[in-house]
Amino acid sequence: MTVPVLSVRNLKVEFATRRATLKAIDGASFDIAKGEVLGVVGESGAGKSVTGLAVIGLIDPPGRIAGGEIYLSGTRIDNLPPEEMRRVRGKRIGMIFQDPLTSLNPLYRIGEQIVETIKTHTNLSDSAARKRAIDLLAEVGIPAPEKRIDAYPHEFSGGMRQRVVIALAICAEPELIIADEPTTALDVSVQAQIISLIKRLGRDHGTAVMLVTHDMGVIAETSDRVAVMYSGRIAEIGPVQDVVQNPLHPYAKGLMGAIPTLAGEDKRLVQIPGSMPRLSAIPPGCSFHPRCSFVFDRCKVERPEPIRHGTQAVACHLYDASAKESAA
Amino acid sequence: MLAFTLRRAFQAIGVMFAVGIIAFSMFRFAGDPVSQIVSIDTPPAERAAVRKSLGLDDPVVVQFARYFGNAVQFKFGMSYQFRQPVANLLMERMPATLELATVATIISMVFGILMGVYTALKRDTWLAKLFQMVSLIGISLPTFLIGILLIYLFAVTLGWLPSFGRGEVVKIGWWSTGLLTVSGLKAIIMPAITLGLFQMTLIMRLVRAEMLEVLRTDYIRFARARGLTTRAIHFGHALKNTLVPVITVAGLQFGTVIAFSIITETVFQWPGMGLMFVQAIQNVDIPIMAAYLLTVSLIFVTINLVVDILYTVVDPRLRSTVSRPH
Repeated sequence: MTVPVLSVRNLKVEFATRRATLKAIDGASFDIAKGEVLGVVGESGAGKSVTGLAVIGLIDPPGRIAGGEIYLSGTRIDNLPPEEMRRVRGKRIGMIFQDPLTSLNPLYRIGEQIVETIKTHTNLSDSAARKRAIDLLAEVGIPAPEKRIDAYPHEFSGGMRQRVVIALAICAEPELIIADEPTTALDVSVQAQIISLIKRLGRDHGTAVMLVTHDMGVIAETSDRVAVMYSGRIAEIGPVQDVVQNPLHPYAKGLMGAIPTLAGEDKRLVQIPGSMPRLSAIPPGCSFHPRCSFVFDRCKVERPEPIRHGTQAVACHLYDASAKESAA
Repeated sequence: MLAFTLRRAFQAIGVMFAVGIIAFSMFRFAGDPVSQIVSIDTPPAERAAVRKSLGLDDPVVVQFARYFGNAVQFKFGMSYQFRQPVANLLMERMPATLELATVATIISMVFGILMGVYTALKRDTWLAKLFQMVSLIGISLPTFLIGILLIYLFAVTLGWLPSFGRGEVVKIGWWSTGLLTVSGLKAIIMPAITLGLFQMTLIMRLVRAEMLEVLRTDYIRFARARGLTTRAIHFGHALKNTLVPVITVAGLQFGTVIAFSIITETVFQWPGMGLMFVQAIQNVDIPIMAAYLLTVSLIFVTINLVVDILYTVVDPRLRSTVSRPH
């Protein structure tokens, strides 16, 4: 078996506040293989973005990685010294942020920003870096790149700016791209283009992609596998078809039930009662139990660990065979 | 771009016109100019003759038009106390003030930006905290007190620097400069520091606040995600974005520095426009006061115009108002 591009083991991220230490991520584990797109879904505050930031090493104080390990193609990166981690960022891991309008420095031409990034990570000369920048812009679908390279960010539309951001993220041919809500700030019509662009780039270069979003439609279209996050933990992870069509975790069931279908009649969409707990008030046991309709005694005291179930892995006591026997 | 500059230039002319009205009205509110010129025992007939020869019996509008028309050609009339054209007096004094203001501004910009960047990037070091404390002193202590303290320390106690005057000056055309002689350079140190200290602390605090703000933006986070070096992020990306508002403040402050130089020039007996203005007030020499007002306003307005144009140089978003593909 080949080594996965990204392997996260029992990741814990904490934010120290004056009152208490908040656990934003509390034991998340997942792998992404070469060329694979892993979608990460969940509500706001579930820890999706923080997971992405932790992988690329951009958790700012008061936040910190409190435990676990992160491996990039087999080498551990979560404990690298800052200067070495900087070399990993941009070169081996590219990142795309949510808002293309604010991701680019308004005072520099886009060409300057791309060339700067290329020259940071390679030994290319100015002219070679510029040529590469033009090729990149062409690859992400910017028309007349040799002209547009000298334009400023404000001279591009939102969708075009996101293409520039993507060009910046892939300019050193990274092994992994972390895309944090890359389409949320865009028009619906542009969203599809950006999604297919990310998908194509991942396929062409064999890049692993971690796609963070709360849009199940985007996940279903792009991802090979999907991880459902709930209050800092992965509730369920598995191939996208299986999870969408046959969700196991009660929370995932609720999420999938909330997707409107085109063929659907005038049925009411399923709604999960309540809301996700605040980080300062995570309930003991399974953090989903106050909202779960299948809750039983064990859920209130013991935190479920991920259990393999077919192609999926689910963190829920309902699927723990030994427990079921003892309950019976 | 041209339309923008022209529009701003017209606004500037409007401002100067308004200032002209104020300067002119000083003549009318500060007593009868004739009685300033003639002696107490001058008979009324002679007074009337003087009044007529000066054109003071013309309608106000005519007088104002004449005054403004002359002012545009830098003719500000005769000084009451020196019996010389005010324009000549101003020209004589202006180099001293401009040199002092320029040196003070350069000092305040260089140290203000350096200290601002340092206190923003190394917030928790003792040096940053010291800078913060010093900046409080700079903001709260009055200029004249700082000047007097400096004189006491460096001129009286240590005897390193002269306590007053401009030192030896060298003439270059009509401009007299003190920056080319050793005594001139020594003489400008203390007045320039005194004058620039307030601006320096202001710029330092502004740069610090802006820098902290910019460091929180998405494009800085994205720059970090791209793996750029810390130096490139701080000094290439963050500092340039910080400088946009700093340019405005520093530009406007240059005008303020010239205006504030009244106090500094008095403390150090610096032979500039400010000192002349203070003496003019003491002697009710209205032509000088009015001319000073106009000159300082002109400098202010010019700087404002330059700052507006500088903006577009730094920030490309302000450059094109027409071409935007959408």
